[in-house]
Amino acid sequence: MLDMIHVSKTFHPGTVNEKKALRDLSLHLDDGDFATIVGSNGAGKSTTFNAITGAFYIDEGRVLLDGEDITYQKEYVRSRVIGHLFQDPLKGTAPHMTIEENLSLAYLRASKNRRAFFSHINSADKARFREHLAQLDMGLEDRMKEPVGLLSGGQRQALTLLMATVVTPKILLLDEHTAALDPATAEKVLGLTKKIIAEHHITCLMVTHNMHQALELGNRVIMMDSGKIILDLKEEEKRNITVEDLLERFRIQAGKQLDNDRILMST
Amino acid sequence: MASIFTLSIAQSALELGCIYSLVALALFVSFSILNIADLSTDGCFTLGCAVCAMVTIAGHPVLALLAAMLAGVCSGFVTAFLQTRMGIESILAGIIVNTGLYTINIAVMGFSSNVNLFNCKTIFSMAKEAIGGIWYKLLVALVIVAIIGILLALFLNTRLGLSIRATGDNADMVKASSINPAFTITVGLCVSNALTGLSGGVLAQYQKSCDINLGTGMVTIALASLIIGETLIGKGSVMRRVIGVILGSCLYRFIVAVALRLNVPAECLKLVSAIIVAVAIAFPYLKKKVAFFKQKTAAGSKYGKGGKA
Repeated sequence: MLDMIHVSKTFHPGTVNEKKALRDLSLHLDDGDFATIVGSNGAGKSTTFNAITGAFYIDEGRVLLDGEDITYQKEYVRSRVIGHLFQDPLKGTAPHMTIEENLSLAYLRASKNRRAFFSHINSADKARFREHLAQLDMGLEDRMKEPVGLLSGGQRQALTLLMATVVTPKILLLDEHTAALDPATAEKVLGLTKKIIAEHHITCLMVTHNMHQALELGNRVIMMDSGKIILDLKEEEKRNITVEDLLERFRIQAGKQLDNDRILMST
Repeated sequence: MASIFTLSIAQSALELGCIYSLVALALFVSFSILNIADLSTDGCFTLGCAVCAMVTIAGHPVLALLAAMLAGVCSGFVTAFLQTRMGIESILAGIIVNTGLYTINIAVMGFSSNVNLFNCKTIFSMAKEAIGGIWYKLLVALVIVAIIGILLALFLNTRLGLSIRATGDNADMVKASSINPAFTITVGLCVSNALTGLSGGVLAQYQKSCDINLGTGMVTIALASLIIGETLIGKGSVMRRVIGVILGSCLYRFIVAVALRLNVPAECLKLVSAIIVAVAIAFPYLKKKVAFFKQKTAAGSKYGKGGKA
């Protein structure tokens, strides 16, 4: 499904701020894989996501999605088939537009014909939106005319999740998307995430700082350090490993302790 | 009050309010919706005026208005091209286009700084023949504004319109929704400048002349109307906001009419509009400051200077 082949990216090359964010990174995801990514601060987790979404072009290597070379494809073109959620719940929705207006933009990804541009939201659309919103179980289906800015962070993140998956993406990238929410809301959004991914059989990459979450969710766990993947555990291996083992493996592979303070706080 | 407002003053304030509300609507699209300060507005207004004047002289008053809009679209496209394809800051792109338009405007008017439309057939003279009376000018202006207002509100509720609104609201989200922000900015600025051009065009036929300096300060005046409208009507559905902008523009013209009646010299009007804009924009901020100051002094008197009760 996803292939990253010898990908490298250096920010601010030739200056004092030079940062080798990705070093010869290769990653292959199978159809339906759900991999969690853990790693220290600045390990290149978000940079990996941005290399996939096209927020910047990579210096070396290639990115293939579903067999198609997207290395130099523009960001907005790729986003047709890539869902991306950020830690900041404000990033994924337009605050001054209503819930139904936001949702109808998400549906634009599905429509290839240009006439859709001049269509209005009709009652069939509204019925469909209502049905989708009801799944979130947050009462949003009765607030479709309200601006999104009035919603709580958790509600906005749930809506963003819906918008990213309402047209099933080829791959879903979750960048600590529950980290900024309160524990109860985070639990709820995570539950929705699991449900949607399972229902639509979506290939997914998820960055998390919660080691328990990393081991509990999905069928793969990937550890990153200094722009490289240093550990990639699949199925069987992943099921049998404990958080302590994982931290130990990291220490051996990276030659240092895992220094992500948020990871340490949550273990 | 009766001595300040005669019927004819109210009438001309409404007429001008309607005509200038088209520029205010243009800024509503570029400034409020796209979050871009389009400083080419001044030049584009004159461009619409000049193009309309020349085509009207040639004997096609209705075509002239369409030509003015088309000229506006071209100007908006260049501004958008500079900022989306050439990497020029949006404010700078507007200033560059505005500067260039001065020469183009002079050229359009046959390298003269003004043209007159006396004895030319205009949409207003056509309405006078058809309807007569004293209200025909207002009627024409109202019909144009109503059509444009409704079309604009309809457009902003299409998927394309929603994309344009989202571009100004949250650019990250737009990219994630497979919409090209360069495209939505371009369309938005073309629509916005078409309205600016049309406004200039209608004014040319209304006052039967065009002058190279006509557009100077237009962006400030339009901004004043826009802000008055948004302060009075507030936010809500697009239609409501569009109506708010039109009312804001009319109200602004009433303020100007009052200022003129109070013997404020005509040369001072630009200063008056600058002050109105500054006050209107600063108002919410000052209100907060005053509330904070009151809270502070209340706390001061309660606990005394030393901070003890």
